[in-house]
Amino acid sequence: MRKTTFIQAINEALREEMRRDERVFLIGEDIGYYGGLFRVTRNLLEEFGERRVIDTPISEQGFMGMAIGAAMVGLRPVVELMYMDFYLVCADQIFNQAAKMHYMTGGLLHVPMVIRGQQGGGKRYGSQHSSCVESTFAQFPGIKVVAPATPYDAKGLLISAIRDDNPVLFLEHKMLYFTRGDLPDEGVEYTVPIGKADVKREGKDLTIATFSYTLLQALEAAEELKAEHGIDVEVVDLRSVTPLDMETVYTSVAKTGRLLAVHESQANAGIGAEIVARIYEEAPYLLAAPARRLGMAPASIPVSKVLEEELLPWKNDIKATVLSMLK
Amino acid sequence: MTEPSLKASVPSAKAAVAEPTAVLSTEQLLPMYRMMFLIRRVEESLLELAESGKIGGAMHTAIGHEAAAVGMAAALRKEDYLTCTYRGHHHSLARGMDPKRAICEVLGKAPGFAKGKGGSMHFVDPSLGLMGANGIVGAQVPHAAGMALAAKIRGEDRIAITFFGDGAMYQGVMHETFNMAQKWKLPVIFYCENNRYSEMTPISRTSSVSDLYLFVRAYGMESMQIDGNDVEVVYDAITKAAARARAGEGPTFIEGITYRLAGHMAGDLETYRTPEEIEMQRAYEPLARLHQKLLDRGVSEEELNKIRAEVEEEVQEAVDYALEAPWPDIAEAYTDVYKV
Repeated sequence: MRKTTFIQAINEALREEMRRDERVFLIGEDIGYYGGLFRVTRNLLEEFGERRVIDTPISEQGFMGMAIGAAMVGLRPVVELMYMDFYLVCADQIFNQAAKMHYMTGGLLHVPMVIRGQQGGGKRYGSQHSSCVESTFAQFPGIKVVAPATPYDAKGLLISAIRDDNPVLFLEHKMLYFTRGDLPDEGVEYTVPIGKADVKREGKDLTIATFSYTLLQALEAAEELKAEHGIDVEVVDLRSVTPLDMETVYTSVAKTGRLLAVHESQANAGIGAEIVARIYEEAPYLLAAPARRLGMAPASIPVSKVLEEELLPWKNDIKATVLSMLK
Repeated sequence: MTEPSLKASVPSAKAAVAEPTAVLSTEQLLPMYRMMFLIRRVEESLLELAESGKIGGAMHTAIGHEAAAVGMAAALRKEDYLTCTYRGHHHSLARGMDPKRAICEVLGKAPGFAKGKGGSMHFVDPSLGLMGANGIVGAQVPHAAGMALAAKIRGEDRIAITFFGDGAMYQGVMHETFNMAQKWKLPVIFYCENNRYSEMTPISRTSSVSDLYLFVRAYGMESMQIDGNDVEVVYDAITKAAARARAGEGPTFIEGITYRLAGHMAGDLETYRTPEEIEMQRAYEPLARLHQKLLDRGVSEEELNKIRAEVEEEVQEAVDYALEAPWPDIAEAYTDVYKV
């Protein structure tokens, strides 16, 4: 074991999979010579050459479509979207094409590809470079969605995503990039399964189900709630949004009787709404009090530091919501 | 508002391929005649089925476009990749798709190649190199370029071809793809079936460019405008483009001038053109021209009648088969969401 950054974990996953499987190639903007805007793909062009690390023009529809075509004939592209907000520029290719291809061809074609990139607020990038996008993707069967929060899960899930035979959206949060965590030594192979949640903190009073950067915020909130109020929160890291591992959530709520779903994206029509709806449909008897969700208020993300901090549903909002649920 | 001004004849080819140099033998042309007639009869039968209410949704036939598909199938190898638009029955049949399974698919029946899930707009069969017809205008074009990229990454001898209409030329993704394909010298052929109507609107009313093959010249791409209703001209142009692609010389854009004799889709009111215009175009349609070409070469009317009678029987059999075929098992509604 050693400590690495989230960025280093992703870089290692890419390098190890490219060494292992010559079908894997990378395509996107500034990923080769520059090494990626956030340096996630640094040094990969040097090792794998221009055939497998492809710098594109700023043509998201075009290179997303080309990656889909390459995947349809058996390669395994990993496409970088520089900011996840740009998925809207190539939305037809992702949703009408990649997500539906297997179904509408009756299983004759499939699209084994990964779309990865960073998302989220906290760095004052404003409305078009800060969105969290998972709920839109969750509306499209045919595509899987993963959103790890630790370097260990990032590396293990990215390897699983590359080996998956379906399109997988791999969400990185810009606030996670320089966080550090334990990682097995380079070359020690491991994977984290898609669709399996992980309890990151045990507790008995209330379950928080979350993913991506709000996991770290929830863990901090949990520590402070313990120290300040003696409240013992269990934190479930969903890790995947599609498929959603509700079993792990139910196991936790069976112990705590309370559920709060948290994410940075819009509360309205979000994954939190889905989680709350599911527990009422499938296991309402587990709840000792109404389940709730916490997400962003209906506004775009502003640039001003004070306005952005006001809107992001981070630690203080999580603490306040937990306290109100335990009143 | 002005009436669309369509030229009385197919515009003369302006660039590289004016006259076919690789003239096909009569022996080569006869099966192409058969296939063209088969496509024509399948399409006409599908229109009849649509009129009788047996086909739901949108169905776009390629009556008048057959030369593009049949010339392509003769010019390329079976392993070469193909993507096309929702007007794609003709490409699939020309590449060897069984008419029975094709008609079943359009009707949503179980023996359809995609178990009735794809229908008319999503013809596909990877075993024939058919990598998907697409319901979104232009969306299949980057896919073909990506397949060409894959062939290049793997160092294979395969190429890709993609078919689209004049209407697709105005989608941004097309130009993104043209630029990358040329920059990376991808082994791909872009074939524009210019029937001069973007769905129901003549391109003369919406386009700033009248000769579509000129678009890609800005990218430095080899391009030409051909008589897309002469199967030999199509064959020749695609053969040469394929040779360039296999030699690593990059993509070619072919604008094949054609004319859609039926509506944009089944049920099209066709208020945008006159019966006289359609009648005028019949003189230039590919099947009639190949028929005349074969007669000129000394093939007897009797021999051509025999071919047509065989095809009529085959198509009728396919229609009967499809009408009798079972619906898919309802459990299929839930399968093929993810590859497992």
